[in-house]
Amino acid sequence: MGNKLLEAKNISKSFHDPITVQVLKEITFDISKGEFISVIGKSGCGKSTLLYILSTMDTDFEGELLIDGESMKQKKEVELSVVRNEKIGFVFQFHYLLNEFSVLENVMLPGLKLNKLSEKEIEHKAYEKLKILGIEAEALKRPNQLSGGQKQRVAIARALINEPLIIMGDEPTGNLDKKNSDVVFEIFQELVAVYNQSLLIVTHDNEFAKRTHRIIEMEDGRIIKM
Amino acid sequence: MTKKLLIKISKALLLARWKQTLVAAIGVTFSIAMFISLLGFMGGLNNLLDGLMLNRTAHIRLYNDIEPSAKQPVELSEHFKHHYNFVSSVKPKKEQLNIYNSAAIMRNLKKDERVKGVAPKINTQVFFNVGVVDLNGMISGIDVDEESELFLFKDYVVKGNYHDLKTIPNSIILGKGAADKMLAQLGDNITLTTTQGNQFQLKVVGFYQSGIQELDKVQSYASIATAQKLLGESDLYITDIQIKLKDMNLAPAMAREFRRLYKTEAMDIQTANAQFETGSFVRTLISYAVGITLLIVAGFGIYNILNMMIYEKIDSIAILKATGFSGKDVNKIFTSIALSIGAFGGLLGLIFGLVFSLLIDLIPFNTASLPTVTTYPVDYNLYYYIIGAVFSVATTYLAGYFPSRKAATVDPVVIIRGK
Ligand SMILES: Nc1ncnc2c1ncn2[C@@H]1O[C@H](COP(=O)(O)OP(=O)(O)OP(=O)(O)O)[C@@H](O)[C@H]1O
Ligand SMILES: [Mg+2]
Repeated sequence: MGNKLLEAKNISKSFHDPITVQVLKEITFDISKGEFISVIGKSGCGKSTLLYILSTMDTDFEGELLIDGESMKQKKEVELSVVRNEKIGFVFQFHYLLNEFSVLENVMLPGLKLNKLSEKEIEHKAYEKLKILGIEAEALKRPNQLSGGQKQRVAIARALINEPLIIMGDEPTGNLDKKNSDVVFEIFQELVAVYNQSLLIVTHDNEFAKRTHRIIEMEDGRIIKM
Repeated sequence: MTKKLLIKISKALLLARWKQTLVAAIGVTFSIAMFISLLGFMGGLNNLLDGLMLNRTAHIRLYNDIEPSAKQPVELSEHFKHHYNFVSSVKPKKEQLNIYNSAAIMRNLKKDERVKGVAPKINTQVFFNVGVVDLNGMISGIDVDEESELFLFKDYVVKGNYHDLKTIPNSIILGKGAADKMLAQLGDNITLTTTQGNQFQLKVVGFYQSGIQELDKVQSYASIATAQKLLGESDLYITDIQIKLKDMNLAPAMAREFRRLYKTEAMDIQTANAQFETGSFVRTLISYAVGITLLIVAGFGIYNILNMMIYEKIDSIAILKATGFSGKDVNKIFTSIALSIGAFGGLLGLIFGLVFSLLIDLIPFNTASLPTVTTYPVDYNLYYYIIGAVFSVATTYLAGYFPSRKAATVDPVVIIRGK
């Protein structure tokens, strides 16, 4: 049990607007270090909802969520933001970079917030991450000067900056063409192989899913296969 | 979140919308500048008008009045102690206008910590003999140095040297109105008759103009020694002791104390000029009201710009929160944006306020009744600037409070889903 990074125990969630609908039903699974997991399922089956709960952004659910052996249930908003900052990297379908900052600064921001290293060291590290993703040449550009694929790689670099326990992605390749999706997938694979990074990626791309270690398939708010 | 990071993020968000930010800041600048110049101007006018009166009025005046005894003899009698006594046709008793032991009183007063200065005075009535006409007049015998120091006497001597009053024996400074009536010139000798019927010749060494015409027609000044000579009294004779305090507000209480202590009448300035305070107060109140109204309008400007900024940057806020910034951090970011608009705009406002004040101070303002004033009066009270600075920061903080709170409670899930 020692190397369980994340444990979901009987997680259920209902929306009450406009009528009460239960979108997650008794979700139970865990993630170990170095695992590359994909989540698939029909549209509307609750994948994103699950991911928001696992990433601690959504706290309105029943059941237990343990990250690094710690329960998230009793934590306050500030404590949860620390968990997100330190232990979770999130990559969205839309790249969500801050256009007021350069690419480099975007990558550095979570590191500066964590404040464990000096600014110089964080900058150095950010360059390293950009290098891993092959976009160090764009470091000083503004995000809106980049292509979609490049932006997504910046977002991944940002997710990596604090060396999180796990990176979560909600259809990170959903908005990219085949070629760029492959690039992103290869980066993910490299992160797992070389850096032993754990990944939990929601995707609609079955090709993509097949190449991961483990597939969690959902239907109607339940896990039907894993 | 470190201060450095807070500043970095706030600055980036602020500069991304620098035009709107600038407009918001200019709103603050304008209102603070108006606030400062308005208060400075009003304050200057207040001081001028107050000064017209207060500069020349003692905070406490000790004197003896001719009045009936407070206790009639019958009340002192043991026999009638428990009776109601009706005494009709009471007359004032004969009383010395001279303040008994005035030298000792003044020595004592000068030692008092609360007292800024003491000036003796002798008031007496005379008739100026001009040809066949006798003109009614008042002569105040004054200690020239003390009077100048405490009551700005020399500012109101419009012609001649006030100091001659002290150095030239038997000299007089005539009220401007009286001098005009007598056609008197500097250096002339005028003749006057005292109430005792003695005639004197005094040399005119200056003219006095207070700005209050009725006063200038009758009021003239001589030295204490001259006045004592006119009255045929010794050099101990003093009818008034004028006291200036360090804190004018203590006057009523201290007047009561002196009345008991020195057994004289003691009149405090508040009682003597009760209606005066009201005018100043209302003018100040109006200035504050206008200034604060302007600031509130500027506050709404900041409120708007922040709301707009938060609306525009809601994605960025969601991202910051998703990557580990807490609601508190986001709140701090927007609060510091609001405060920097306020501080920057406020500082500029203080500078412009000072510049406007300086400009107003240059505008000529001549009036016959105020010989010492040549331009519009402005009060450069540091207090106004402090209030302006505090207000600008306080209003912007308030204006930023609700938008910042809104930003802090942005739910990243809702925003990310919304895409
Ligand atoms: N705020 C909400 N209020 C009410 N119902 C919601 C809300 N958000 C999501 N739902 C419902 O919850 C269900 C799960 O949504 P979710 O976004 O998790 O699906 P998904 O599996 O990510 O779908 P997709 O593959 O299309 O992204 C859907 O039926 C959706 O209509
Ligand atoms: Mg989804």
